[in-house]
Amino acid sequence: MKSLAELKAIKEKAQAELAARENNVDGTRVLVGMATCGIAAGARPILTKFVGEISRRGIANVKVTQTGCIGICQYEPVVEVILPGQEKVTYVKMTEDKVDRIITEHIVNGKVVDEYTIGNCKL
Amino acid sequence: MYRSQVLICGGTGCTSSNSQKIIDAMQVALDKAGLNEEVKVVKTGCFGLCALGPIVIVYPEGCFYSRVEVEDVEEIVNEHLLKGRIVKRLIYNETLDVENDTIKSLNETAFYKTQQRIALRNCGVINPENIDEYIANDGYAALGKVVTEMKPEEVIQTILDSGLRGRGGAGFPTGLKWKFAAGNDADQKYVCCNADEGDPGAFMDRSILEGDPHALIEAMAIAGYAIGATQGYVYVRAEYPIAVNRLQIAIDQAREYGLLGNNIFDSDFSFDLGVRLGAGAFVCGEETALMTSIEGKRGEPRPRPPFPAVKGLFGKPTVLNNVETYANIPQIILKGSDWFNSIGTEKSKGTKVFALGGKIEHTGLVEVPMGTTLRQIVEDIGGGIPNGKKFKAAQTGGPSGGCIPASLMDVEIDYDNLLAIGSMMGSGGLIVMDEDTCMVDIAKFFLEFTVDESCGKCTPCRIGTRRMLEILNKITDGKATMEDLEKLEALCDYIKENSLCGLGQTAPNPVISTLKYFRDEYIAHIVDKKCPAGACKNLLNYSIIKDKCFGCGMCAKQCPADAIKVTDYIAPGKKLAAYEINTEKCIKCGACVASCKFKAIIKE
Repeated sequence: MKSLAELKAIKEKAQAELAARENNVDGTRVLVGMATCGIAAGARPILTKFVGEISRRGIANVKVTQTGCIGICQYEPVVEVILPGQEKVTYVKMTEDKVDRIITEHIVNGKVVDEYTIGNCKL
Repeated sequence: MYRSQVLICGGTGCTSSNSQKIIDAMQVALDKAGLNEEVKVVKTGCFGLCALGPIVIVYPEGCFYSRVEVEDVEEIVNEHLLKGRIVKRLIYNETLDVENDTIKSLNETAFYKTQQRIALRNCGVINPENIDEYIANDGYAALGKVVTEMKPEEVIQTILDSGLRGRGGAGFPTGLKWKFAAGNDADQKYVCCNADEGDPGAFMDRSILEGDPHALIEAMAIAGYAIGATQGYVYVRAEYPIAVNRLQIAIDQAREYGLLGNNIFDSDFSFDLGVRLGAGAFVCGEETALMTSIEGKRGEPRPRPPFPAVKGLFGKPTVLNNVETYANIPQIILKGSDWFNSIGTEKSKGTKVFALGGKIEHTGLVEVPMGTTLRQIVEDIGGGIPNGKKFKAAQTGGPSGGCIPASLMDVEIDYDNLLAIGSMMGSGGLIVMDEDTCMVDIAKFFLEFTVDESCGKCTPCRIGTRRMLEILNKITDGKATMEDLEKLEALCDYIKENSLCGLGQTAPNPVISTLKYFRDEYIAHIVDKKCPAGACKNLLNYSIIKDKCFGCGMCAKQCPADAIKVTDYIAPGKKLAAYEINTEKCIKCGACVASCKFKAIIKE
């Protein structure tokens, strides 16, 4: 160890993983439906994409977790995004491309991507 | 980046209930489910709630699974990690929010709510075998700050101002110790750590070594810088294999990163650390005996002065602190003495870690601010006494301490208050006793320990404690007289005044304090030949109330000593002949009482 800067570099690299171990329940929550129906429709890549992108962009205070079936299996993969103090927004028929826009517009800038929500989806 | 992290406790408590097998099974199950790239398994140190072990926590949800068994692993992987369905039957019930069907944060539970973790801050949070995780939580930043920005005198002043006192038990101001050692010129000085935790029921130091070994290494290097030492030794008992192993791994990693060794942070400061194993002699926890043992000699104490700060290890000025004391140091450097000073009571600053054991619901490790009452620790954090029994007393300070009776439960715990009520802080073992505990028996237990552990160098301790034990045995056998009690008290005074080291000087404390608060129990043993708690077997007799006996014979079947036989007597209204106990054959095991459905057997 030659300098404080070197120590700081190690610290920053290792920090993201530890941040995920905090016991706070505030912050943004992203819930990916991972019941049998969700997995069959391809929810796994969506989940990993969310986790990967959020960590790559270094967005703090976002928790990505799985959830069970919410009963709209024909719309899977389903993702729910809950910003602190706001109503839950349900995105349906998710693809990996949609993930990028939801992160940029909704999670970072707080603007719901209306066209992907359940209300605007035609089967 | 992993989407989920599974933290599994690798402390000694959980390891002995199979957590290593759970870790292995978890890895296999994750591989099988194809999740090994997404989910990371982390082996951590102690979470503190040992009673509920083995403990598994899943992040990001913060799900606290308790008493997990190897068979449960597959369900956690397939349900929770794959499908996101929390396995509710394994969740610690206090974290389950039934109304909203969600889980609560651990910090909201009674056990964790009032705790304040400074020394234990990384235990159960980081992987102790990974230096990067320690660094991520501000690790080694204090050492960096000290070496690059502070003068040794400033470091010592900061520790002095913080009011930190030795956590090994005696409570000597740490800064003052450092100042003395810094003030003595010598070609070589040493920094030592006492990790020879020997009190029955104490496991704080072990948990810190297992859960956050780098905190100790960093603090010892800071001490080295402050007093001008280049070499340190950790004296740890060989009975702590996990702790020794993790400490060695941590030292190797620190060396690899150049945080130990020559020219740390490119400065003139060099420091290295060695581990010395103790063979488990209690007396080696005494500072002069400990240093004699590091030197490779028989671990025996020597008179002080000279104090270690003047003439310590190998005759050189030495600073010797306890593990928990060191664990506080990096935080004090980073957050400042005022921050530390603001926690605790007037004369005892900061927090104290207690190892809760005995008759208590939440056996485990807790860290609370100084000044917390015993009631808060036992009833709120500890969850009270199991089976609806009543609290009788708590023993602090192990064999050197004393008991705190129920009437003093609201005393604020700090160094001075505990001394005033005849106990002492000790290293932090806190053994809770309920109404079934005989206080004479407890005093006898601790005295048996000191008799075994006396090194034999001085007469008062070697012979005096043995004489005391003989008297206590007479009392619990119902053969003592009031004259014996007087002798016992005289011996207490004599041993306290005349022993060479702390072990002997404090050995009578359990007897003195139980005599102070529970004298009536001693008298009941001596005069009435009765043990009020029903614990001393030689004063107990089991008998069958014949008129209550249905003659079923269950007790006779259970009796391992063949001491119960049928009689000719048939009680009114019963069909079979009653049984009776042959008191000469009876070994007083109590098996018959447990077997009798009619509550016809009594002990008195």
